[in-house]
Amino acid sequence: MDSSPASVIDSVVLSADRPSRWSGLLRSFYEAPFVPLLILVLLVLTAVGADWLAPHDPTIGNLRARYLPPVWEERGSSEYLLGTDHMGRDVLSRLIHGSRISLVVATAAVLLAGVIGTTLGILSGFRGGWIDQVVMRLTDAWMALPTISFAILLAALLRPSEWNLVVILAAVYWTRYARVIRGEVLSLKERDFVRLAIVAGCSRTRIMGTHILPNIANSAIVMATLQFGVVIIAEATLSFLGVGVAPPQPAWGLMLFEGKSGLMTGFWWLSIFPGVCIMLVVLAANLLGDWFRVWSDPQLRQL
Amino acid sequence: MQRYIVRRVFYALISLVLLSITIFCLIRFTGDPAVLMVEPGASEADLQAIRQEFGLDKPWVVQYGVFMVNMARGDFGMSIYYREPAFELYLQRLPASLLLAAVAMSISLLIGIPIGILSAVRVNSWLDTIGKTFSILGLSLPSFWVGLLLIMIFSVSWGWLPSSGSGTFWHILMPAFSLGWVFSAAYTRMARSAMLDVLGSEYIKLARLKGLPEKLVIAKHAFKNAVIPVLTLAGINLVIMMNVAVVVESVFAWPGIGRLLYEGISNRDFPVVQTTVLMGGMMIVVINLLVDILYAYVDPRIRYGQ
Repeated sequence: MDSSPASVIDSVVLSADRPSRWSGLLRSFYEAPFVPLLILVLLVLTAVGADWLAPHDPTIGNLRARYLPPVWEERGSSEYLLGTDHMGRDVLSRLIHGSRISLVVATAAVLLAGVIGTTLGILSGFRGGWIDQVVMRLTDAWMALPTISFAILLAALLRPSEWNLVVILAAVYWTRYARVIRGEVLSLKERDFVRLAIVAGCSRTRIMGTHILPNIANSAIVMATLQFGVVIIAEATLSFLGVGVAPPQPAWGLMLFEGKSGLMTGFWWLSIFPGVCIMLVVLAANLLGDWFRVWSDPQLRQL
Repeated sequence: MQRYIVRRVFYALISLVLLSITIFCLIRFTGDPAVLMVEPGASEADLQAIRQEFGLDKPWVVQYGVFMVNMARGDFGMSIYYREPAFELYLQRLPASLLLAAVAMSISLLIGIPIGILSAVRVNSWLDTIGKTFSILGLSLPSFWVGLLLIMIFSVSWGWLPSSGSGTFWHILMPAFSLGWVFSAAYTRMARSAMLDVLGSEYIKLARLKGLPEKLVIAKHAFKNAVIPVLTLAGINLVIMMNVAVVVESVFAWPGIGRLLYEGISNRDFPVVQTTVLMGGMMIVVINLLVDILYAYVDPRIRYGQ
């Protein structure tokens, strides 16, 4: 048996690590930042229970109750806690239903982008050769397109709808996964366990699926959590520009766009509340993503 | 060096070709380009005429050839709404975008570098906490919402600054700030980590051993080396800023290329949208090429590494 200091240390570290892996995982999860986690849990809850939580219909307004301010203002009504918009629709109900759109669109887009990017990244890194050249040059070209303008171009080509938005956002954001995953696969490819798998006669699909994928899953998940906030902002931006979610729907970005005309006349609640929602969710996602990145990479924990 | 430059230029050209193929194919995959070139509700005869005129009835390969030749001549098609060449419209709007990006860049550097440096000098102090909070806030606020908040405070409540348009110095402040804020967060992070790297290096230890006052070590010896990477990034970001300003420009009605893109969407003026996006992509490919060459010039390891 090899007894060089390095391998002794390795075996000690590994044996100390292994039995407590899952309990260690649970314990360190308690150290997750509480407030961001709470915000995201609340987001999921409101998105799931939007139909029961919302006091009014988010798309049908009461024209006799237009531009009512929030309840604590002078003309405020207790029926519309956060006020109403230009069509007399309840802002609170629209925010609650908007959380569903944000959550569904962002989650689906991040997942789709992750699947496309990770698949192409593994393929390009593992197969090399002309596949690698084609995928990487394509990634370079797509990365060169300014994200928001590119998304706007795609949105101008497709009809505005939630699912088209998912496709557009995934089409714009897959490149980063592809590039990072490819880099990791390139170094994994040289490791002994992959070489042994090749020697043992595993098929290429099997090596990519069962030997390489689990080892890059961590980076893919970290990237996905960090992209979640970016994608929510991108969705809000597209909706704000009128090429995202279609008008009667209560998306937060769309609410900001509709509220913009009331800004100069002092209807501040239409611009403040949706923005605060976006900010809280994105902030929570970024903080959690940052924590997760450091947590999953021991080298970064020291910094 | 020459071989390196030739290879880089070759890669950049491939990127440009792929970029144009991407846009070209996307337009044809998602529908009939003739529909994008006429006013909504045009008759079938009009559509046929458009197809004839622009050669849309020919095979795709021929169409792509024509598309490339036209682009090389600076002909990106006519704007449907303005009835002017789209490329000329683009050039008319470029100076305003450059101005906005330059001011936004200065603001973001003026905010980002000092905060990053200070939080590196006092790691884990309250200053560092503020720096971190600031940079994560910058990444989490949509720039258009920052713009709306600024309008609310400085135009509606206090009436200090004009809420939209351009022309005077006062018009540029709010759009530049809302654009620069997001980028300053990135500079804060970068300046902090670069400064931490530099502070751990040998020559800083030597400067301290010589007995130089700490202020001088940081301000003179460490600062200069720490800002180099930040300034490089800023150079690239200047181009990116011009191209992501679309939402800020639409909030403040700033007459740049972002606003042109926004008008392009609302007027269903597809040639304008296409020109703006393609030009943006080209600019970024070119600036990346320049940075690669510059790096190789400065650092021989990159030149011979490949």
